[in-house]
Amino acid sequence: MKKEKRKISVMIANIGMGIICLIALFPVIMLLISSLRPSSELMRTGISLAFDWSVLNLDNYMYIFTEANGYWGWYMNSLIISAITIVLSLFFSAMVGYALAVYDFKGKNLFFTFVVFILMVPFEILMLPLFQMMISFQLVDTYVGVLLPMIVAPIAVFFFRQYALGLPIQLMDAARIDGATEYGIYFKIMLPLMTPSLGAMAILQGLGSWNNFLWPLIVLRSNDMFTLPIGLATLLTPYGNNYDVLIAGSVMTVIPIIILFIFFQRYFISGLTVGGVKG
Amino acid sequence: MKTDHNLATNPNVATQKPPRKPLMKFLNSKKVVPYIFVSPFIISFLVLTVYPAIRGIIMSFQSVLPGQVNFVGLANYDRVFNPTFYKALTNTTIYVILTVSILTILPIILAVILDSRFIKLKTIFRASLFMPALASTIVAGMIFRLMFGETDTAAANQLLNWLGMESVDWKFNAWSGMFLMVMLCVWRWLGVNILYFLAALQTVPKELYEAAEIDGASIFKKFWYVTLPFLKPVTIFVVTISIINGFRMFEESFVFWEAGSPGNIGLTVVGYIYQQGIQQNDMGFGAAIGVILMLIIFIISFIQLVLTGAFKRGDE
Repeated sequence: MKKEKRKISVMIANIGMGIICLIALFPVIMLLISSLRPSSELMRTGISLAFDWSVLNLDNYMYIFTEANGYWGWYMNSLIISAITIVLSLFFSAMVGYALAVYDFKGKNLFFTFVVFILMVPFEILMLPLFQMMISFQLVDTYVGVLLPMIVAPIAVFFFRQYALGLPIQLMDAARIDGATEYGIYFKIMLPLMTPSLGAMAILQGLGSWNNFLWPLIVLRSNDMFTLPIGLATLLTPYGNNYDVLIAGSVMTVIPIIILFIFFQRYFISGLTVGGVKG
Repeated sequence: MKTDHNLATNPNVATQKPPRKPLMKFLNSKKVVPYIFVSPFIISFLVLTVYPAIRGIIMSFQSVLPGQVNFVGLANYDRVFNPTFYKALTNTTIYVILTVSILTILPIILAVILDSRFIKLKTIFRASLFMPALASTIVAGMIFRLMFGETDTAAANQLLNWLGMESVDWKFNAWSGMFLMVMLCVWRWLGVNILYFLAALQTVPKELYEAAEIDGASIFKKFWYVTLPFLKPVTIFVVTISIINGFRMFEESFVFWEAGSPGNIGLTVVGYIYQQGIQQNDMGFGAAIGVILMLIIFIISFIQLVLTGAFKRGDE
């Protein structure tokens, strides 16, 4: 009798969880289905629950792959900016996190406290002075202008420091006896050991850059320099007739990330749960 | 601290190495190496964070016009406290209160359910709840805009009509505008917060549950007296970052109304900075709003540090 009761409540819990997950996935599913609907109809009706299944077709995708050159320009910009941001910010912050973890040096704790303190300064106060700087260095509307502020990643410094604290220090002494330089030790021995943390931070920085909005909105001026979020946002007008690019383009923006997520779930989860960074 | 390992165990190491040029030797000494490792970051940090932060504070006391910068004392701050700013601050505060309470309570409940041994398909559930965090606010906002359109054919109104209710002009009422922004944020961040709580749940010792069971505690008593105390640190963390991110909110509003919402129903503090500092090019005024925002965030961070006892333990 009691067992029966338990079985039923377990079933209810599972079904309930399933329903909540479906609700969470619902907007994504609706996006996929709607991208197959004629764009003019989509603009008129919005995403609806009941629609004509027989008119679903691939026209929006045909259009975006053949005629929407502007869209692929944005795509390239986003890819280039994200790639450079990942490489530079990881290069800078991994070294610092490592140094903070394995070496003892004067000013280390001061430096660390300093980083913690500055971490609390919101980007929004830096934004106007940074914009002024970009104007005076003529970096407005350039890749460098967009990605420069993003290469300072204190969160990544924390993460790498935490990870490097667990590295086998004995290896360093062994390598020193073999005549390796400190730089050789870092690049040839320790950095490869930090790969999992590099993966997590690459995803944090990459996704942050891929989805970044406010700063690119300020620095980017011309249509052919826009990144994907900025470009797509320009299509978000109530009178727009670009819903084909908007909807199929959104799918093409999200799908690669979802595919990466399926393969590298572990890195995504550890990357995105560090310090609750807003993407 | 763990970092205090014996780096200096072998002082002869340097002499055992093959002879090198003095410069190389200097660059390779353990006194110098850490500074070299740290310097690129420090330089970029000083130029791109510290300098702008100080500059921003100074700017808030200036009137900044092209080629003409004057100190105006507190004039910018005098102007900041106007009805539009209060509107922005009120909107932001309501948004913060709503998102923080929903994004703390709901994830705790869902994490506890997900953690129980009766739930099958854990990985799939977790992954699908996490998935929305991958979409940018712009893409997510576009989906929401199309689902919450004004027409009777958009998903949200269809649902209301089926339930026998009137259609709603989602983007044109104060309450529904707020609802849209909060929903968008909750949808994107629910899965991430669940992961925080799931991680914390793994730290609860299983024996405690067994002991509580022997004492005949009900599920709710077990949750209240055993689980919740272990979730306290992560809860403080989640609440703090949610408050801070809430005060920094901009995109969730921009995606629905671009730069201007009817009656400023979607105006936020950062939106106001963007409007005044960038669009109106009144940078001094924008910087003053920024400084106020920074103060709010500092106070919240300070409260968090006190709550987590950071000042008591002294370190980390």
